[in-house]
Amino acid sequence: MTAAPNDIILEARNLTKEFKGFVAVKEVNLQVRRGTIHALIGPNGAGKSTVFNLLTKFLTPTRGQILYKGRDITRTKPADIALMGLVRSFQISAVFPHLSVLENVRVALQRPLGTSFHFWKSESTLYDLHDRAQELIEAVNLTPWANHTAAELPYGRKRALEIATTLALDPEVMLLDEPLAGMGHEDIEGTAALIKRVAADRTVLMVEHNLSVVAHLSDTITVLRRGEILAEGPYEVVSKNAQVMEAYMGTGHA
Amino acid sequence: MTAKTHLLGSRPAALTVRGTATGTALLFGVGLAAAVAAPFLLYPVFLMKVLCFALFACAFNLLIGFAGLLSFGHAAFFGSAAYIAAHAVKEWGWAPEFGLLAATGGAALLGLVFGLVAIRRQGIYFAMITLALSQMVFFLALQLPFTHGEDGIQGVPRGLLFGLFDLGQPLTMYYTVLAIFIAGFAIIWRTVHSPFGQVLKAIRENEPRAISLGYRTDRYKLLAFVLSASLAGLAGGTKALVFQLASLTDVTWQMSGEVVLMTLLGGMGTLFGPVVGAGLVVTLESYLASTSLPVPVVIGFIFVVCVLLFRRGIVGELLARLPGRSR
Repeated sequence: MTAAPNDIILEARNLTKEFKGFVAVKEVNLQVRRGTIHALIGPNGAGKSTVFNLLTKFLTPTRGQILYKGRDITRTKPADIALMGLVRSFQISAVFPHLSVLENVRVALQRPLGTSFHFWKSESTLYDLHDRAQELIEAVNLTPWANHTAAELPYGRKRALEIATTLALDPEVMLLDEPLAGMGHEDIEGTAALIKRVAADRTVLMVEHNLSVVAHLSDTITVLRRGEILAEGPYEVVSKNAQVMEAYMGTGHA
Repeated sequence: MTAKTHLLGSRPAALTVRGTATGTALLFGVGLAAAVAAPFLLYPVFLMKVLCFALFACAFNLLIGFAGLLSFGHAAFFGSAAYIAAHAVKEWGWAPEFGLLAATGGAALLGLVFGLVAIRRQGIYFAMITLALSQMVFFLALQLPFTHGEDGIQGVPRGLLFGLFDLGQPLTMYYTVLAIFIAGFAIIWRTVHSPFGQVLKAIRENEPRAISLGYRTDRYKLLAFVLSASLAGLAGGTKALVFQLASLTDVTWQMSGEVVLMTLLGGMGTLFGPVVGAGLVVTLESYLASTSLPVPVVIGFIFVVCVLLFRRGIVGELLARLPGRSR
């Protein structure tokens, strides 16, 4: 809260989103500090996904401002913020199912070549990217799967592929939408470790449903309820907050 | 040097690509030999009709099969290109090659206009906008003086290609159409297997994800749309030269429907599927025309059976059943 201004990499000011009179997100002020893992949690319908879609520009706010590195990106297009270093993932695993694992990662790598509109060039001009793609695939332990289509991967591996694809853009800020949702216990630990590892030199903002999942992963936790911020701070502080405990009654807080 | 690196870096991928390429090259070789020999066994005008529709269907397939965009107005490009080619050759006395260039260029421009209007919408809305725009083109074709309304432009001279080859000779015309088809097919082949094709497939598979990776997907879809429209135009212009006629039939919504049918029947998203589908539909139509069976009913029945039994289309099903193919 008292961080120096240039420590804040992503900021939302009075962010509000109304859907036909229904206020999904109300006056949310959020500051994500550079180099931290920041979790946005809340029960169902708390507005987490809406905040997330606002920050990633997939929704336009009714009111309020979004700043990335001090620059106003409230009106920037979603494809353009990716080029600025702000890359998101999706709640439903976002892979290209009928492309191979290698091609999935390569699509993310090919844009800087500047040949993405070149329909007269051979695909073989992309083969130089294979080494880098293989490194990224290796980093998420998918090497044995490199030539399988993404559709063939089990769920947890799809999430890993998604992280590899996101990392291919070398983003400064990774925005992960429920990266652990729908995973078995063994996958959760592996993926959480992976997120921790890739977050070493970047900033991560993640949306999660359960407080317990993000407990040991996040530096800062923001709890949303009914579109408003209920509490914010490290796990130790947030988990002892009476209102948070009330909001989570019966939703499996452990 | 670089070739060596990527071979070492990703041997399995390179092998897969090469394996697929060999199979396709073989198929292509056989097809080419058959196409060269065909006019000695079958009626050349029939074959040329098949080739024109095959190119049209391939162009349409580039859009639906590789960019995931269902256009229900492709007859507008096919039909207006036919009018442009016919008018340029007949009224202005242009050489056939320039007539075809004008037809392709005109279809490209029309495609750009359609694309700019339609591309922002998704799914059924996209299809509806393309249908509405193509109905406007139909109306223009009916009303504008140079199209001669219900009569169409008749008696279009085939002329001399490059001032050398007399297209009035059926075999010369046939091999010209074959060369045009191969050129068009090669452009589609290259597009699908290009850096652009990769992005296009990514957009087809998961557009929001492609956006989040920094691709302005509308621009890629627009380029795909213009390419598809141009090649549909090339097919339409060629058809006008073959039949020496440009008529309202080629701009009707039924024609847009027919190309959808051909593509789905043959196998959407496969390179050879639309060729097979076009061949099948054109053959059926000319066969049924000499019987008392109602053509649309029979074709409709076959279409329903195809959708129910083999949804991937003929070539799509064959590919899926080949051993060792991952897609």
